[in-house]
Amino acid sequence: MKISREDVLKVAALANLELSDAEVDNFRGQLDDILTYVDKLNEVDTSGVEPLTQVVAACEGDTALREDVIVRSDIITEVLQGAPDPEAPYFRVPRVIEK
Amino acid sequence: MSIDTTWTIPEVRAALDSRRVSARELVKDFYTRIEQRNAELNIFLALSHERAYAQADKIDAAIAAGDALPALAGVPVAIKDVISTHGIPTTCGSRILEGYRPPYDATAVELLERSGAIILGKTNCDEFAMGSSNENSAYGPVRNPVAPDHVPGGSSGGSAAAVAANLAVAALGTDTGGSIRQPGSFCGVPALNPSYGRVSRYGLIAYASSLDRVGPLTHTVHDAAMVMSVIAGRDTRDSTSASVPVPDYVGGLGKSLHGLRIGIPDDYFGEGIDPEVRKKVEAGIALLEKLGCRRVSIRMPNTEYAIAAYYIIATAEASSNLARYDGVRFGPRVPGATLIEMYQKTRGRGFGAEVKRRIVLGTYVLSAGYYDAYYLKGQKVRTLIARDFQEAFEKVDAIVGPTSPVPAFRLGERTANPLQMYLADIYTVTGSLAGVPGISVPTGKTAAGLPVGLQIYGPAFVEDRVLQIAHAFETAGGADL
Repeated sequence: MKISREDVLKVAALANLELSDAEVDNFRGQLDDILTYVDKLNEVDTSGVEPLTQVVAACEGDTALREDVIVRSDIITEVLQGAPDPEAPYFRVPRVIEK
Repeated sequence: MSIDTTWTIPEVRAALDSRRVSARELVKDFYTRIEQRNAELNIFLALSHERAYAQADKIDAAIAAGDALPALAGVPVAIKDVISTHGIPTTCGSRILEGYRPPYDATAVELLERSGAIILGKTNCDEFAMGSSNENSAYGPVRNPVAPDHVPGGSSGGSAAAVAANLAVAALGTDTGGSIRQPGSFCGVPALNPSYGRVSRYGLIAYASSLDRVGPLTHTVHDAAMVMSVIAGRDTRDSTSASVPVPDYVGGLGKSLHGLRIGIPDDYFGEGIDPEVRKKVEAGIALLEKLGCRRVSIRMPNTEYAIAAYYIIATAEASSNLARYDGVRFGPRVPGATLIEMYQKTRGRGFGAEVKRRIVLGTYVLSAGYYDAYYLKGQKVRTLIARDFQEAFEKVDAIVGPTSPVPAFRLGERTANPLQMYLADIYTVTGSLAGVPGISVPTGKTAAGLPVGLQIYGPAFVEDRVLQIAHAFETAGGADL
């Protein structure tokens, strides 16, 4: 067994994800199958192979950096309209810091 | 004008130019079609009437004034629901974004509209683009217009079905591991996944950022080339978009295929391929040879590791990207006594099973003690898969094989076993990991009448050759093999 019930619960807590008991059981079995399958990768000799994180080769003149220019977007009202608990110009959340 | 008339982009233009129809009439006709068929097929999640008619009136005014029309003037298009549209509900097929209206447009949407296209609405998809059947949508599955008890494929199932059912002239989809090409194959329409970095991802709601791409699904390869001419190119708002010059996609169509070397990977015809799919793909390859291509047998030895590498990398990136859905800034919130409890309940309630499964898997492979064994290993294998493509393209001009090992399957037939569903993505995830462009074009139908897709891969940023081959194939009757 690659993954236990406790592992699933631990990972779900890391991901801030509430799971029902049925989901935990289901996922445990399914993730076990998937992780067992993924072990296939151990057949591949990757010694000396660099990891590939990004496929786009940098082109002449390309840069992720730009001039730091202030651009007004003026969308606060519109953004807050979609929020579950807005208090302009903020999003309200349950108390984080005790008095 | 009958309700099932197929309109291509040049046909729309000709009808507008000759004043046979106005842009407003055309939009009205498409909305009538949608009203008639959407209850059955479940393709559209939101319609943008107001915006569509406003755009149509602009086009009609330009026609009346005798102004030159832009490339896609009056063309009714559908947009996959993971692509942001200003003021129009964008849910990603998820409950967690129910009611969300983006405050801006994706670059691809902006470019389409600037070229005169008319946005009809948003198409259904697997939740956050995670799935191969469209059955993971929180708003119910799409039905395949070709065979309504079958899935349309996924995750861009709504976009493929919208075109196949003549409810849109063209559609935008997104592809992370096959999500444009596989539904294109299942619904029998051309579907192009451009090179990574070719079309801006700005406004595309992220699933796996190093793999996600935006591309067209259309009635003809020519139309795909026309849409690409509009949406391709560098965008400073997406730092991974490339400044590689965009070739003349439409101008490159019609060139002879004589002398082009097409690589056929033995590894793409192994166990698991449906015999009817194999037969149709072989017939497709024979047609390409007849058109002057030279068939070269090649090996892509790391193909069998692609699924494992893909599902590690994609879920790891997803677990990070989807952390933003926490009930604070958008979507519904489930109250909790503490902030953390609010996050947990909101996410537990808002996400569907497949998304949760991938978040858990992705978090696991990134967690302390497992990172090297899974994530880093997956990225190294990704290097080897990309190398398979690079080495192949030293010998051949394109790589040809099946898009999917199977044709469309019945609704509900494959939902019980997620791993089995993942394994069917084998021919598409390879190209996704390598970043190369790939198109699926119809290559006949099975005895049961289900479309089969032929996939053509080209080297990175050489979509023009992929389109050229697909166009010649289509023109020579590939769809009727």
